[in-house]
Amino acid sequence: MADEALFQFLHNELLQYVNNTEGGENENGRCVSKLENMGFRVGQGLIERFTKETARFKDELDVMKFICKDFWTCVFKKQIDNLRTNHQGIYVLQDNKFRLLSQLSAGKQYLEHAPKYLAFTCGLVRGGLYNLGVKSIVTAEVSVMPACKFQVMIQKM
Amino acid sequence: MSRQSNRTTDNKKMNSELFTLTYGALVTQLCKDYENDEEVNKQLDKMGYNIGVRLIEDFLARSSVGRCQDFRETADVIAKVAFKMYLGITPSVTNWSPAGDEFSLILESNPLVDFVELPDNHNTLIYSNLLCGVLRGALEMVQMAVDVRFAQDTLRGDNVTEIRMKFIKRIEENLPAGDE
Repeated sequence: MADEALFQFLHNELLQYVNNTEGGENENGRCVSKLENMGFRVGQGLIERFTKETARFKDELDVMKFICKDFWTCVFKKQIDNLRTNHQGIYVLQDNKFRLLSQLSAGKQYLEHAPKYLAFTCGLVRGGLYNLGVKSIVTAEVSVMPACKFQVMIQKM
Repeated sequence: MSRQSNRTTDNKKMNSELFTLTYGALVTQLCKDYENDEEVNKQLDKMGYNIGVRLIEDFLARSSVGRCQDFRETADVIAKVAFKMYLGITPSVTNWSPAGDEFSLILESNPLVDFVELPDNHNTLIYSNLLCGVLRGALEMVQMAVDVRFAQDTLRGDNVTEIRMKFIKRIEENLPAGDE
């Protein structure tokens, strides 16, 4: 089944729509937060379905590993390439070829638009973690496309 | 690790759930942004159209389906190849008009509405209207103008979901003026 293509098309329309309604040059922030919120809801739903049959997680790191491996593979067809942590609640997930950026030209031209392409996914991760009992703030950064880093800051409940 | 069991079998299903849930989030957002259902329906159709005009290329590349001889063949390809490929379902093609220019796709199940219940205040919302847009957009790219609409919808209490498609005309390819 080719439904990952379908998801990409839908994601593009989502971006287009939010971009148009929030319009304007300086509205990037609102655009991002709207997309992030949508991702959050989807992440919540998805993780519930996904962890239905899995064993209880040992700790926070175990949860993060699950996100990097199983969750990422299911959503983006590959694993996170690198996971780093300072063991104090900050995790950095690096994806060297992030699927939703792979359609964009790799030059510097579209770099400023990259945050919009990552916002939904940030929400997805935050929503997933939230329903596993980990409250967090997720941000993303891109320096060279299509690689990107997601930073997860755990908020102690 | 203990939790590696039956993961691969789940993956496919998970991915369609990602689509379903994302679509849900989109419709929810549209309902917040627009005052009435009519507007939401229109917007969903428009987004579907945009997806359709791109999807057709992906479809032709993946399926290597050739040119259809008539509308009946088109109907079969849509139901048996396209729906199967993208949504994992095979609707049945029925209710042909005598002239052979109109038919129905009957969907036994609709993955888009897997987790959906319509609240009372949205009784004119055509939740899956995106599909109409996709079909219209995709067919337009292969020179077919069609009219697509939902005739029945399980979300609104009908027994099945029925998409009605009507052939309008062949779109002639016009060369841009001055382009020989």
